[in-house]
Amino acid sequence: MASVAATLTQFEESGSFVVAAAGEWLVATAAELDRRLRALKVPSGKRVVLDLAGIDRLDSAGAWLLLRTEHDLTTRGNTVDIRNLRSNLAPLLEQVRAGGIVSPAPHPRPAHHTIIGFLARIGEISIEIVVRAYAILGFFGAVCETAAALLLHPRRLRMTALIVQVEQTGVNALPIVGLLSFLIGVVLAYQGADQLRRFGAEIYTVNLLGAGILRELGVLMAAIIIAGRSGSAFTAQIGTMRVNEEIDAMRTIGLDPVEVLVVPRLFGLVLTLPMLTLYANIIGLVGGSFMAWASLGVSPPQFLRQLEYSLYPWTFWIGLLKSPFFAFIIALIGCFEGFQVARSAESVGRLTTLSVVEAIFLVIVADAGFSVFFSILQI
Amino acid sequence: MSDNLAEPVIRVRGLVNRFGSETVHDGLDLDVIRGEVIGIVGGSGSGKSVLLRTIVGLNRPVEGIVEVFGRDVLRMSGSQRRQIENRWGVLFQDGALFSSLTVAQNIEVPLKEYYDMPLRLMDEISAVKVGMVGLPEDAGEKYPAQLSGGMRKRAGLARALALDPEIVFLDEPTAGLDPIAAGAFDELIRDLKASLGLTVFMVTHDLDTLFAVCDRVAVLVDKKVRIGTLDQLLKDNHPWIHSYFHGPRGRVARLSQAGAVTRPETSSVAPA
Repeated sequence: MASVAATLTQFEESGSFVVAAAGEWLVATAAELDRRLRALKVPSGKRVVLDLAGIDRLDSAGAWLLLRTEHDLTTRGNTVDIRNLRSNLAPLLEQVRAGGIVSPAPHPRPAHHTIIGFLARIGEISIEIVVRAYAILGFFGAVCETAAALLLHPRRLRMTALIVQVEQTGVNALPIVGLLSFLIGVVLAYQGADQLRRFGAEIYTVNLLGAGILRELGVLMAAIIIAGRSGSAFTAQIGTMRVNEEIDAMRTIGLDPVEVLVVPRLFGLVLTLPMLTLYANIIGLVGGSFMAWASLGVSPPQFLRQLEYSLYPWTFWIGLLKSPFFAFIIALIGCFEGFQVARSAESVGRLTTLSVVEAIFLVIVADAGFSVFFSILQI
Repeated sequence: MSDNLAEPVIRVRGLVNRFGSETVHDGLDLDVIRGEVIGIVGGSGSGKSVLLRTIVGLNRPVEGIVEVFGRDVLRMSGSQRRQIENRWGVLFQDGALFSSLTVAQNIEVPLKEYYDMPLRLMDEISAVKVGMVGLPEDAGEKYPAQLSGGMRKRAGLARALALDPEIVFLDEPTAGLDPIAAGAFDELIRDLKASLGLTVFMVTHDLDTLFAVCDRVAVLVDKKVRIGTLDQLLKDNHPWIHSYFHGPRGRVARLSQAGAVTRPETSSVAPA
């Protein structure tokens, strides 16, 4: 770009101001020309001649600069004369002129920086949350209605779709859920053993593992992994179908999207997550027992015996009992956010992220609710 | 218009494109001359868009040479590519605007990337482009999702023109537009070609556009191109080309052009 050169000279000639432009007036030289044109000092009320004889090449950026200069000078009370433009460049100048002397579009407002703006933002978000909660409640109602109708007429239940969901959300998730549960068992056993050894109570590591994994960690790990893995997939799948107008197509054919898309996913996940939780519990305990054996010398038979002594009968069931509720939350949010997608690809990504965050948030809130509930029941 | 002595700005030789076992192009040759508007037509799946994507480097052919401005685009370094890429602009089928940016910001993307210029000048230039492609002034501050299909195409063209390129590639510029908007788009391309001296490489299905703006037409048949002016192609005996230009739609487009009526009026009257 070094060879590109544009020049601008000004002088007075028989009472009128002459601005002579020459060289290549292109987008590449526009920044420099812009600076010099803005620095141009012409007193108002004069006759100004824009002499363009020297211009070899012109593009629309250069043409704009010429027209802007003409416009600025005219509004300051000068009379402006454009002359000597080469005939082959004239159409371009006319084309740009036809576009009009434009005022640049305002850029979108940056985020609120003032205190008022901050408060307003809090208000906006609060209202958004309420509106959203209301919409989710509505969706919850619609889904319950359809699900209940399908339970009364099980023939309309789409078994193939349901089984596909069980495979995708359950069977395909076995490796990742297994690996992470195993590692959580190992970590928990190691930390527990480390602390309890100080009291000579290493054997209670087993109690810690049993209660921790069976009541909380097994089901939470499974639910969080599934929220990230399948809840997001639900939003992305349904959202993409919204973008492609597939949902609308379904409606015109007389298919109910809730029946076809939501119910199989919901039932599939409600069936799958308890099984995954059971699996996560077992693998977590295997991991814990492995660590207990390695660092405390507690052999697997000892581990099992201690586990049997330490557990209340319902400890095992508490985790499993929570899992279908978590599954319901994850599937409901995943599908709901999918239906919120507008007709743009961008919103698919945004809502997928949102659906995962919301699902994990609600799962943990629900888990806390369960803890309160069980402590009232004293189990 | 087609001056045979002029240098070709795009030169394709022996191009072979294959997807799996499907051969799309087999030894395709094509020259595009500076300053002409060339229309690429062909049946669905004949590889019109693939040809465009190959020339701009989005698709690597199995064999062949593609030269743009006399430089081999398939065998060049990244920095050499950049020097060429600011001399062409591409309009994708649905505009391919960046959805997180406003129209004005979309137009400023190439300006920012290639030149160091004050923000205010950049805003002015993008506003000029908005005006040049015939968008209303307030379109600059809108997001692509807020625009209609025709406006998105114009905005995409404005972005393609941001650097005042020498070649613009248009992928089905009038597809999905109503006849009035399509006619206006044809006129826009003709005006821009006249004022900016553009070379236009246009993939199209639209017979009216072919007759209205194209200097030459390249027809993709039998995995190669047959290129010529419309008059030459009208006399071509190849069965596909014959039925393309002499089918009912081809006849109507030819008649309306021969009658030298501007299409916007004809088409708005037609339904009555």
